[in-house]
Amino acid sequence: MEDLSQLSTWEQFTYYFRENGLYVLDLFTTHFLISIYGVLLACIVGIPLGIFIAKNSKLATPVITLANIIQTIPALALMAMIMLVLGLGQTTVIATVFLYSLLPIIKNTYTGIMTIDRSLTDAGRGMGMTRQQVLYMIELPLSLSIIITGIRIALVIAIGITAIGAFIGAGGLGDIIIRGTNATDGTAIILAGAIPTAIMAIIVDVGLGWLERRFDPMKRQQRLKKVV
Amino acid sequence: MLSIQNLTKTYRGGKNAVDNISLDIEQGEFIAFIGTSGSGKTTALRMINRMVEPTSGKILLNGKDLSTVNAVQLRRQIGYVIQQIGLMPHMTIRDNITLVPKLLKWEKQQKDETAERLIELVNLPTSYLDMYPAQLSGGQQQRIGVIRALAANQDIILMDEPFGALDPITRDTLQDLMKDLQIRLGKTVIFVTHDMDEAIKLADRICIMHDGKVVQFDTPDNILTNPANAFVRDFIGSHRLLQQKPSIKTVDEVMIRPISITVEKSLDEALRLMVSKRVDTLFVTDANERLLGYLNVDSFTGPQRNHQSIDEVIQREVVYVKTGAKLQDTVRRILKRNLQNIPVVNDKHQLIGLITRANIVDTIYDTIWGDEQEENALLVNHMSEEERQ
Repeated sequence: MEDLSQLSTWEQFTYYFRENGLYVLDLFTTHFLISIYGVLLACIVGIPLGIFIAKNSKLATPVITLANIIQTIPALALMAMIMLVLGLGQTTVIATVFLYSLLPIIKNTYTGIMTIDRSLTDAGRGMGMTRQQVLYMIELPLSLSIIITGIRIALVIAIGITAIGAFIGAGGLGDIIIRGTNATDGTAIILAGAIPTAIMAIIVDVGLGWLERRFDPMKRQQRLKKVV
Repeated sequence: MLSIQNLTKTYRGGKNAVDNISLDIEQGEFIAFIGTSGSGKTTALRMINRMVEPTSGKILLNGKDLSTVNAVQLRRQIGYVIQQIGLMPHMTIRDNITLVPKLLKWEKQQKDETAERLIELVNLPTSYLDMYPAQLSGGQQQRIGVIRALAANQDIILMDEPFGALDPITRDTLQDLMKDLQIRLGKTVIFVTHDMDEAIKLADRICIMHDGKVVQFDTPDNILTNPANAFVRDFIGSHRLLQQKPSIKTVDEVMIRPISITVEKSLDEALRLMVSKRVDTLFVTDANERLLGYLNVDSFTGPQRNHQSIDEVIQREVVYVKTGAKLQDTVRRILKRNLQNIPVVNDKHQLIGLITRANIVDTIYDTIWGDEQEENALLVNHMSEEERQ
């Protein structure tokens, strides 16, 4: 076996990947899924809640304030608190990601719907749309890109939080990072965990950013204008 | 057809936006609600399609109390056009036009046919159907806004200051278009505006509102000749009352015989005719005297010099009025569009007359000195006699 301590950090890093490539891929998938699950749950709760507070504007301030307060609690502290209830493991991390994702998703859904030109919903209602039709045919399509921005922000934050989740045994790329911090001269191992995490965050950001532009009715029209 | 009975709307704070109004509107009428802002005209309009629920009173549509009808179903039977246009930016023009048919779950083929038929009605190419609203100009967008209100064969169209945000020339064109559509399709149109010219031009009857009450509800002619009170008189404006005075009322009474030529003649003949008759505009008709366009000095100069036939140089975009049109409106149009003259056609589109700027001078003269004309004539005679001496 080679003497790893004689290799440069970069060589150690590539060596780690050669030896543990499948393991890293496995953790990468776990990491990604934990983040996705948390954000999906937050979407299921947050988007309807955002729509609801947009329709009942009196509730908007209390709900958004509450979500803001959750956001101010440090991730590690929040995770520790949830751990008291849900115990160690992935469930706790998913719950933490869920709570953190609520704010951007609720707030963006709310903003998205509130910024729609009133004359459009007025025209829709005046032509005989039911409330549901106004929501599905006007409000949601027009605020979709802003809602996606919220999901994008939430998912990038979630990937960071999931990395911390390794401390309570959730798995994910955080495992590799923690192992690196515990090892002597573990820089290469830390990088082996950190770089895939960063890449994941960047891919998600770029991918959802593209989706967001696709669904933005204004930008889509600008593109069409150039074609014409 | 539509009967409004003791309709009142009280907003929170106790202000009566609409105060006990009663009106009867007949099938096929063009009604304008006019008033200053805060007069309740928009509220009155929005109670007809129940966008605003009345506090008391009722509205009967063909004898049926509207408060017993499902509001959503009702709105699908009533066209609605708003000042902000309100085309859906994320839908194509086709989807925008057929929005109500979609709500009524029409077949796709039927929706496509409707969209194509309607877009031709407002003189836009069918290729626009697959574009998005932002690619159209404001005037084009409001044309779509108008036909969107017709797509499900609605009998009643409500319009809330539909042309208020457009420039004067576009507005004028759209007003003509709307009036034409309304007559052609026999729709009942209820129209809110604060522009008296618009109301006089379009409406069969005008409902003047002030502080939630109807001050006067009558035909434009009656309102102009017999304003109900000082408020109406102020609102109409003294210049319009003045314009209404002359005995000449329709274009037929003042129009002159136009100089015209048939389209198959050569350009040389056209030019010779213009020189011999000393005119700068020559109207072109087909063999049945139907107006096709006109020729003017520009037609013979510049790049068109080498053309031989009238057909190649004819200006086909010609603004015309129909026989029976009010002289006053025609004059306004000549001034607004900065036209030199305007041809008069009959129902078969045959050229029968011409109004020129000289006619305007006559009209203004009649307006101002109409009553004193004989007196003036005497005066002129007197003066010229003095000069001779």
